[in-house]
Amino acid sequence: MAEFQNLLTPIQVHGPPDPGVESEHSDKNRIFKPGGMNYLLGKIGDAQIGPFYLGWLGILSLLFGFAAFEIIGFSMLASVNWDVVEFIRQLPWLSLDPPPPEVGLSIPAYGQGAMWLLAGFFLTVSILLWWYRMYRRAKQLKMGTHVAWAFASAIFLYLVLGFFRPILMGSWGEAVPFGILSHLDWTAAFSLRYGNLFYNPFHMLSIVFLYGSALLFAMHAATILATAKMGGEREIDQITDPGTAAERTMIFWRWTMGFNANMESIHRWAWWFAVLTTFTGGIGILITGPVVDNWYLWGQKHGLVPQYPDVYEQPLVPVQPGELDAPYLGAPSSDPLPGIGTMEGTGPAPEMMMDVSIPVPGLDQVLTYDAEMGR
Amino acid sequence: MAMLSFEKKYRVRGGTLLGGDLFDFWVGPFYVGFFGVTTIFFSLLGTALLVWGAAIGEGLAGQTWNLWQISIAPPPLEYGLAIAPLYEGGLWQIVTFCAIGAFVSWVLRQAEISRKLGMGYHVPVAYSVAVLAYVTLVVIRPLLLGAWGHGFPYGIISHLDWVSNVGYQYLHFHYNPAHMIAITFFFTTCLALAMHGGLILSVTNPQKGESVKTSEHENTYFRDALGYSIGAIGIHRLGLFLALNAGLWSAICIVISGPFWTRGWPEWWNWWLNLPIWF
Repeated sequence: MAEFQNLLTPIQVHGPPDPGVESEHSDKNRIFKPGGMNYLLGKIGDAQIGPFYLGWLGILSLLFGFAAFEIIGFSMLASVNWDVVEFIRQLPWLSLDPPPPEVGLSIPAYGQGAMWLLAGFFLTVSILLWWYRMYRRAKQLKMGTHVAWAFASAIFLYLVLGFFRPILMGSWGEAVPFGILSHLDWTAAFSLRYGNLFYNPFHMLSIVFLYGSALLFAMHAATILATAKMGGEREIDQITDPGTAAERTMIFWRWTMGFNANMESIHRWAWWFAVLTTFTGGIGILITGPVVDNWYLWGQKHGLVPQYPDVYEQPLVPVQPGELDAPYLGAPSSDPLPGIGTMEGTGPAPEMMMDVSIPVPGLDQVLTYDAEMGR
Repeated sequence: MAMLSFEKKYRVRGGTLLGGDLFDFWVGPFYVGFFGVTTIFFSLLGTALLVWGAAIGEGLAGQTWNLWQISIAPPPLEYGLAIAPLYEGGLWQIVTFCAIGAFVSWVLRQAEISRKLGMGYHVPVAYSVAVLAYVTLVVIRPLLLGAWGHGFPYGIISHLDWVSNVGYQYLHFHYNPAHMIAITFFFTTCLALAMHGGLILSVTNPQKGESVKTSEHENTYFRDALGYSIGAIGIHRLGLFLALNAGLWSAICIVISGPFWTRGWPEWWNWWLNLPIWF
């Protein structure tokens, strides 16, 4: 049975490599022309590697992208005093951060986020050039520009995070840092600062489209593979002149769920789901801060928040033995993350915070933290 | 009627997995079959129980018909792995049973329809990964932790609150390495779907006055852009691989949280900092 499931290509037939469709500048700009055949790639898809079209847009985009990559990398290397071993060891934690809030939207000084701004500028130039490259390649091949416009939706989210929203908020410091774990820290802190991003309806939509994209691709890819023995993967032919493969793909879903797309429209569903993931996500980020300050309070106002029963007789805040018996004197001397806290620029120990009043924006109420709570 | 122009010749009886000719018929566009009947049974019963739970306000401090706030909660942890009283999580237990019954029926129904149409079994296999992720959340992980109370509540906002709360129990869930892999698969699936959907549309909807392009143009576009085009069959193998891994690693990232790692996820990374290779 397994050989009919078409999971791997059992027999590979290699003709001469395909040089690609002729287009403007294609002779001059296509490099790696012979195109090698790779056996392992041929097991899952097309074996041919290359050619690669490299015009001025591509060259400039790669150069700017390389510059951004190097600025980020060398800034991280500088943050561990140019120690290559520590650079590798701490790489997941290293970060090139945006300027502190007081810099606002001005050009920061060196060491105040200037390298972050420069890297972000170069990366943005690189991405925009790559977008134009994708657009122009489609134009020169006389194709539609759907791929480029889908890419534009992802670029919109990127620009919202690092450019549009910081401008609306009046500070580059609002933007995302460059770093493996630091951008995850930013994401978590962002959700907490704005009162739980799960209550943001555009975040909800973005997640729906993200999960929906995975669902759609699983449904579509599985359907095509299941009809591949009838030629289902030849989608262009099945769109222009539907055969039994296209008919069975449609009938399968009609019998299963009472509704079906067709060989072309499934790709419109796919394109919209993927595009709306980043587009709705971008809107959700853009209005978080400039329009809505606390999504949980917003949700309360609009009747989203359920009232749960009291599970415990009184709120239990776990307190470690001895935690509150002595005044807090700053960070403990034993290093919980060896090598991380010892870097240059470790700030002063936090001040003692035992009785803090926090005014909550949009709520005529003051949250008080009582150190004795839960004892 | 509800039939497509070419559909009649495909509506042939036989090829069922179970039940022989008994339920081998169609209602409107739907194929029924034995597993269609079990799907209807479990999904109607489960939905009715959810509505009943909403009517009595099960799992909430008060009754509400607000769609966002309705929540059917699992039993309190004290009940462990026992059957709970109906109004204290028993409803959740029966609904969970019905949901699994409906989802598994749906998998088998897809398998039966694949068989009737002479197709491969990729769709039911793919869907069973999603079912596995659900079963991991409401059965496998609660079993490993020793209480049904570790399942998530059935409600629009309440299941989001559950995700938040369970995430913060491990301080910062983004540091969970399986969560990282799952998110990477989700984002890559979305990227690949945009590229595939966009490519097919751009070839079948070319510029004004141009005729529809062929797979030569598909391959040329991505070879020009990236130096490699995976091809028509390959993109569907890749897409299925990416989408199924997104679901699979999501299940893994939650099942290891609690049963196999009880501390904050940021702390897990200490093994890397403490490797003996640093000098």
